[in-house]
Amino acid sequence: MSVLIHKGTRVLCQGFTGKQGTFHCEQALEYGTDIVGGVTPGKGGTRHLDRPVFDTVAEAMAAVRPDASVIYVPAPMAADAILEAAAAGIGLVVCITEGIPVADMLRVKALLPATTRLIGPNCPGIITPDECKIGIMPGAIHRRGVVGIVSRSGTLTYEAVAQTTAEGLGQTTCIGIGGDPVHGLGFIDSLQLFEADPATEAILLVGEIGGVEEELAADYIRAHGKKPVVAYIAGTTAPPGRRMGHAGAVIAGGLGTAAGKKTALAQAGVVVVDSPARMGRAVAERMAR
Amino acid sequence: MTALWHNDRLKLVVLEGVVRLHEYQAKALLAAHGIAIPPGVVVTQEGEVDAAVRKLAVAHCVVKAQIHAGARGKAGGVRVVAADEVASHVRALLGTRLVTPQTAADGLPVDSVLLEAPVAAVSELYLACALDRAAGARVLLAGNQGGMGIEEGAKPESHVIDTIRGFLPYQGRALAKAIGLSGRAVAAFGDIAAALVRLAETLDAVLVEINPLMRLDDGRFVAGDAKIEIDDNALFRQPALETLRDARQGDARDEEARARGLQYIALDGDIGCLVNGAGLAMATMDLIAQAGGRPANFLDVGGGTTARKVAEALSLLARDQRVKVVLVNIFGGIVRCDLIAEGLLLAAADFGRPLPIVVRLVGTREAEGRQALADGGLLGDVTQSLEQAATLAVRRAQSS
Repeated sequence: MSVLIHKGTRVLCQGFTGKQGTFHCEQALEYGTDIVGGVTPGKGGTRHLDRPVFDTVAEAMAAVRPDASVIYVPAPMAADAILEAAAAGIGLVVCITEGIPVADMLRVKALLPATTRLIGPNCPGIITPDECKIGIMPGAIHRRGVVGIVSRSGTLTYEAVAQTTAEGLGQTTCIGIGGDPVHGLGFIDSLQLFEADPATEAILLVGEIGGVEEELAADYIRAHGKKPVVAYIAGTTAPPGRRMGHAGAVIAGGLGTAAGKKTALAQAGVVVVDSPARMGRAVAERMAR
Repeated sequence: MTALWHNDRLKLVVLEGVVRLHEYQAKALLAAHGIAIPPGVVVTQEGEVDAAVRKLAVAHCVVKAQIHAGARGKAGGVRVVAADEVASHVRALLGTRLVTPQTAADGLPVDSVLLEAPVAAVSELYLACALDRAAGARVLLAGNQGGMGIEEGAKPESHVIDTIRGFLPYQGRALAKAIGLSGRAVAAFGDIAAALVRLAETLDAVLVEINPLMRLDDGRFVAGDAKIEIDDNALFRQPALETLRDARQGDARDEEARARGLQYIALDGDIGCLVNGAGLAMATMDLIAQAGGRPANFLDVGGGTTARKVAEALSLLARDQRVKVVLVNIFGGIVRCDLIAEGLLLAAADFGRPLPIVVRLVGTREAEGRQALADGGLLGDVTQSLEQAATLAVRRAQSS
């Protein structure tokens, strides 16, 4: 079992014929992802990577019935691509694009129908090992297993994946929710999905400074959490008021600190690790308890 | 992103990732959106003062140093002086670095000074349009106690703005009533609030703040001070605003890194960090601190970096004389470790000074990467362990 995506998930790619779309779709196809086609306005009717190309998502929807869409469209057009996918009735939209203006994401947030889940933007994507890879993560480090991983970061997620793989635990599904301040799927949504997934035996939450999502996740875990949760929060040493790479990673007015998040999570019964090198080990120890 | 509550006190915070404007630039934009500002002239040299004072035709003048930080008043950066004393005050400010409670210890350069006619205010209010990340919307904040006391004063009223409908003047009038305004001020305040939101939307601003918003005895309002921060990601559609960026108001190292497309923030330690990915970069800093060391910087070369970018980043760190050792932490996903190794060797070839390097290189083609480093004769420690890398870097820094 897994969450959101699995072997049968049919994936469309928006920005299919561009450099990023081409490269990452090749990787995904090699991994075994069922990419059913792509969208590049103006190139409809052609073929790319031996898949059909459409001008619009609506046309693609009618022809190849995708369940999910992955977006590699450049930042200025990315918000429109998200809304186009939603309007065509696609249930899961994964936006990899980095650097989308925040005003555009406010519009997406206001207009996204409840029937479409958005992951990202500015995220590595989502993967169910050995079944379906949607995004830019290196497939080889993943192993099918029992840990659900949800993270705001890219390479730090790979670190968490590599460690749980090294511990022999493997992953059910890994979700990168992205580093932007205004984004789609959040920690709580992901926790709910993992709690409901029978194959997920433990959850690894990788957070970072900025915002209050980890604190809200802690509230959720205290009230509803049944499975063991391990967390690491990046940015203990980050100075206040400085944005650490991710638009969302900033400590403001004493809120959003690593210490505050760690305390909230620990009080909710989460095992909080101080070292990013101990994430996998901590999950193994917690599960053995 | 910028407006957050803490212990019921309002803090608006300086952010990277935004273009910050000077007060005089922000006020010009307010005026263009129909919000009244005091008559004023910007001077960049003492010789311009006489003409400016004549143009203002005032007995007293407000002299305001233009830097990208607040609390200028507490540091002598804002003063009301007699017209014939303006020149000497401008001379004392221009070319200096102003240190305020909100700047670093070495302050920020004063390259321009705003001269304004004083405003006779009957009261000072607070008005801002900021981003509320939890709500996923803009929020309008209004308070009846503006000025320097806003951070300690009463909690302002807030109104979350419907992104699609926008903000309407009647909502501004309701906000005016909520903060205790009456008479002609109610309609005038509503108009300003609506104009402020329109400005934020039009210019892709993540923060527009008027503090204080000065109320005159006839019910009109004038913007006493103004702060605008523009979303970096939206500059492609705001070309006019890009030119308002003042690079001299940032750390020189930060600016150089930005010019090279690197995410870099200068810190005060001695261990240079070169990492791919923002989260991993923060995690690396945390590990260094846990091992007893101090990071010299945050540096994210990007999750999908290139050999060339890694080489440029390494050179940038080597030029920082505070850096005693460099810790390279690369998780090669899409990026191949052997290509990263080439980049490291390229940059390490001409450091121009002895500089130990600790390299942690894992992921795609990691064995080839380590082999390339060994073949290339990189004089440094190479490890696969995240913890060991941090410990080694701290040890090297302490022994050098």
